[in-house]
Amino acid sequence: MDHRRDYDACRQGFTWESVERELGYEPGGPLNIGWHCSDRICRLGLAAKPALLWEDHRGERRTYTFDDLRLLSNTLAAWLQDRGLGAGERICLFMDRVPELYLGFLGVLKMGGIVQPLFSAFGEDSLWTRLDNAGTAAIITQKKHVKKVRRLRERLPDLRLVIVVDAAEDEVQPGEAALALEALPRREDFTVAATTAETPSVLHYTSGTTGQPKGAQHVHYSLIAQYITAKWVLDLRSDDIYWCNADPGWVTGTSYGIIGPWANGVTQAVLDAGFNSEKWYEFIERQRITVWYSAPTAIRLLMRDGADLVRARDLSCLRHLCSVGEPLNAEAVVWSQEAFGKPFHDTYWQTETGCMVITNWPGMKVKPGSMGKPFPGITASVVDPVTGEPLPQGRVGLIALKPGWPSQIRGYWKNPAGYASKFVGGWYICGDRASIDSDGYYWFVGRDDDVINTGGHLVGPFEIESALLEHAAVAESAAVAKPDPVNMEVVKAFVTLKPGYPASDDLELEIMNFIRKKLSPLAMPQEIEFVAELPKTRSGKIVRRVLRAREFNEPVGDLSTLMND
Amino acid sequence: MDELRKAILDYVIHEYLEDGDADDVTTTTQLISGGIVDSFSMVSLKRFLEKKYQISIPDRDASPEAFDTVESIAALVERFRKGN
Repeated sequence: MDHRRDYDACRQGFTWESVERELGYEPGGPLNIGWHCSDRICRLGLAAKPALLWEDHRGERRTYTFDDLRLLSNTLAAWLQDRGLGAGERICLFMDRVPELYLGFLGVLKMGGIVQPLFSAFGEDSLWTRLDNAGTAAIITQKKHVKKVRRLRERLPDLRLVIVVDAAEDEVQPGEAALALEALPRREDFTVAATTAETPSVLHYTSGTTGQPKGAQHVHYSLIAQYITAKWVLDLRSDDIYWCNADPGWVTGTSYGIIGPWANGVTQAVLDAGFNSEKWYEFIERQRITVWYSAPTAIRLLMRDGADLVRARDLSCLRHLCSVGEPLNAEAVVWSQEAFGKPFHDTYWQTETGCMVITNWPGMKVKPGSMGKPFPGITASVVDPVTGEPLPQGRVGLIALKPGWPSQIRGYWKNPAGYASKFVGGWYICGDRASIDSDGYYWFVGRDDDVINTGGHLVGPFEIESALLEHAAVAESAAVAKPDPVNMEVVKAFVTLKPGYPASDDLELEIMNFIRKKLSPLAMPQEIEFVAELPKTRSGKIVRRVLRAREFNEPVGDLSTLMND
Repeated sequence: MDELRKAILDYVIHEYLEDGDADDVTTTTQLISGGIVDSFSMVSLKRFLEKKYQISIPDRDASPEAFDTVESIAALVERFRKGN
């Protein structure tokens, strides 16, 4: 069946078991993502095929074959075991997009560890929260980030080893180790850990409305979904050169920046550099990128820089474009059709789903602004938020999925109640509102909670508000989304001040930088409004929705329960 | 180095870099495309410059490219100081 031709037929005949057979997986037998992304591809005769075309902003370039992935991940896995790290232990990857990040991901999985990728721009508080919650045993990082880790070390009793990939032996401190991976003798033979389908694999932290970020626990069986969605939605073929913009600190960067393409034996290019539209187009032209998985924020920045930059390059290599992270606005879809001759295909999913669940399908008509249709094997609906009952076509409700797809998370780390709260009436509730049109296309309406989606990344208000309260001047705080033409939303904070602290531009800037350093640049409020009081219920709970509604010029809803409107 | 470039460089070093990481940063170092500073962080620099030099930089001009080096940031500030 050519998936590019007939979505409905593909959906009708689809089974996850057919994908298991394609991958050579026997139910109940061994299953290891690291092995499938390297060793298995070598066994298919592709050992010499380039797997990773890596370069950085300085122009340094390296190429790794699938055999390089196999050998170097073996080497790292053995190195970790030799230092007493074992199966089930959480090993954090806290690096920029350097080769060791990708090799480390595979290596940790091969030795049976639980890999915990974290965004390298996280500040100390954000880093500590996630490492402490996970009881992380080891962290693999770089010299530029290790100082942050050192300052936290005393407050992380479970952290036994800090590994620095670009440090010399005399640059590390007690409790640390320098790891020059490519200088080590390569391990030809390594006994991959006896992981199975339900063995925990990846721990991704994700933000919610309440509380601190939660560790979304994936298992090795997620490979089944990540493999086939990459193959069919990204339309990955054996001769493709694929580029995923996402950082592996986030789920897109692992599901489709590592697992999806490499399980399919596809070459991918990685650019370890910040955004620059001219450099991005040069990279696409030179590497002859055929499939590009990007994000709406980046696409809007490309739009702003104009189509002339596109026309200045030969980008005829591009065959298929996809987008992820936040709803792709119709204008961006139309622009990409004009600029690249083909539209970006929006794909909808989240950390908890582990794979794309509602997507625009190659060859299917793209309705600009629509998320597309459920992937085969995914039963999706739009349901009533209270009862969980599916709603009629055209009605706005909560996007819901029938549990049981392969990459569904198995829980939140040490938070069973939080996980249980995600299910209503037998459905997994994604937390987003949408409607379905008469053709079965899904249309995103908005979040159902207070989570802020900025630049395609979810940021939880509680984490920000807690950090704000640690500033000497802040008495009370609320963090909400504010609309932004490039990032869709950015964080805006409302703050009441303690006596003796007058509001000022300088104080606003001071608090902004305070949050940026404690949490992350994403969590930094891009605006702080000093107010006399915050809207609260009679029980004293801050009502964020009122503040948010005002920012979005939406009706504020029922104010009868407020104490102070 | 003129006062404007020094003010920008000092802010970048003080606010965005760890102690000891500033030695190699010059006015032409690629800050955003070089992965040293991300574009979200630049919002605070924009705010600092607007306040210090009493200018207003439209969001459409505050691009990652415009904020990529101390030199390009200085050029942006000078443009708006002249009222362009």
